Amino acid sequence: MTVRRVMGSEVEYGISVKGQPTANQMVASTQVVNAYASAHGLTRRARWDFEEENPLRDARGFDLSRDRADPTQLTDEDLGLANVILTNGARLYVDHAHPEYSSPECTTPRDVVLWEKAGELVMQRGAELASQLPGSPGLLVYKNNVDNKGASYGAHENYLMRRDVPFGAIVEHLTPFFVSRQVVCGAGRVGRQQDGSESGFQISQRADYFEVGVGLETTLKRPIINTRDEPHADPSKYRRLHVIIGDANLSEIAAYLKMGTTSLVLAMIEAGFLTGGLELAQPVKALHAISHDFTLQTAVELDDGRTITALDLQWSYLEKAAAFVEQGHEGEDPAAGQTKDVLDRWESVLTRLGEDPMQLRDELDWVAKLSLLESYRERDGLDWDHAKLHLVDLQYADMRPEKGLYQRLVRAGRMKRLLSDTEIERAVTEPPEDTRAYFRGQCLTHYPEAVAAASWDSVIFDLPGRDTLQRIPTMEPLRGTREHVGALFEAHDTAQGLFDAITGR
Amino acid sequence: MARDGGQQHKTTRKSTDEQDDVQVEPSEDVAERKEKLDDDIDSILDEIDDVLEENAEEFVRSFVQKGGQ
Repeated sequence: MTVRRVMGSEVEYGISVKGQPTANQMVASTQVVNAYASAHGLTRRARWDFEEENPLRDARGFDLSRDRADPTQLTDEDLGLANVILTNGARLYVDHAHPEYSSPECTTPRDVVLWEKAGELVMQRGAELASQLPGSPGLLVYKNNVDNKGASYGAHENYLMRRDVPFGAIVEHLTPFFVSRQVVCGAGRVGRQQDGSESGFQISQRADYFEVGVGLETTLKRPIINTRDEPHADPSKYRRLHVIIGDANLSEIAAYLKMGTTSLVLAMIEAGFLTGGLELAQPVKALHAISHDFTLQTAVELDDGRTITALDLQWSYLEKAAAFVEQGHEGEDPAAGQTKDVLDRWESVLTRLGEDPMQLRDELDWVAKLSLLESYRERDGLDWDHAKLHLVDLQYADMRPEKGLYQRLVRAGRMKRLLSDTEIERAVTEPPEDTRAYFRGQCLTHYPEAVAAASWDSVIFDLPGRDTLQRIPTMEPLRGTREHVGALFEAHDTAQGLFDAITGR
Repeated sequence: MARDGGQQHKTTRKSTDEQDDVQVEPSEDVAERKEKLDDDIDSILDEIDDVLEENAEEFVRSFVQKGGQ
């Protein structure tokens, strides 16, 4: 039992053009990506290789026909939008009308947070660089999920799982966990209902945008459990669980617990350790009800007629996880320190949430935000529909260091952290060393001119003297690590040399 | 739930003990602490007032996004 697993995150950022609410956001997003790419020597702009992408493949075992698919589901058709691979193994691109950063593959929750935080710097720098272009009115990026007028955009997590786990078991055991984990990793929101038509604070940014329990869609009728099944790896061994229900976190601790606790719950599902009994009568309704009650007192109905609070649901999973770890399933844990740390923090957070959630004001996003908002309400006598409170909500996620309220709280010593600025800065350019992201990133670092395209599961070289492109598949996420290929990059000055060494020529 | 009843899981009990330990530390005068906390909150609100966008209503209204995933 371990938190260790191949995983990563993808964040779509909110974007606005200063003083121009009707500006084309697809264009603005493209400018952010291109400005970052050209300023960082990614001029060749290795293209994303879509060969292995199947966004319409459903984990339940069928393919949605392209005719029936909503056009927004077709993410694999290169629309000519900006799309680059970074030397840290991440992907920076435009998805719909948002700039998006997908972290490289990592193996621990802490690493996912580290490379996601590096992505915040990438995004902010891209926006700054694009704002310096002649005639630009200035571009602002926000790490949030809603405009409070009906639109939502995602912060997704990806977890590689064993293929042989029945999907029904995933749905059964993950749904109550996902419905309740917002009390730990919700980002907080001023406004209720998708269009913000009701005033008030709620725990989650995304909760109100979820309408069904299980489904393939990600842009409409959003499901608590998303069935997209593109493993980007050997499909006979792996599935990639694509999680769309999370909020974009600024808090390092919240993001860490989000990834860590979810990975532990998945480990228990893989081992068949969970026995059920927590099925919710109405998961979607429960998700909304929990989000709307920041006193955490709301009890939701279970299938068997009992009622239970979100905190008690989380305690149930934590207690199972603690028992599971104690039993030492699956041998030695290479990330034992982090597994224990996730369990300890999870327990500490749940304990304090039960006593007084405000104790978490310097650890969790929704509490930090609520604490600020309540202070404003008290000092200035503001109702929940006051524009200033909406502004605090929005500006919490502003990526500009001087304007972003989360960042101001950090600098004022009012948010606890897990990471140092130095390591985040390093992760902007360096890939994780223990996944195939290392190979991808190092190829981009050492031979940028020779990489024609890349994706999660391949790197494609354009080598001198060859008419056709040469594709190196990277279907195994735990190969291509520093241990496997680090020496090759030191031994070969050219992509040709590397290619010959790998292919045994 | 076990947490609320007498049959608490080991995990839960442990946390309660730790919590008790933490509370043993000598505390400042309560009123003094509250005053310090209020000053603290005032100072962070003042700092944030300085960086909040002007014309909150206009700024919030013009933040319009297209839906994403």
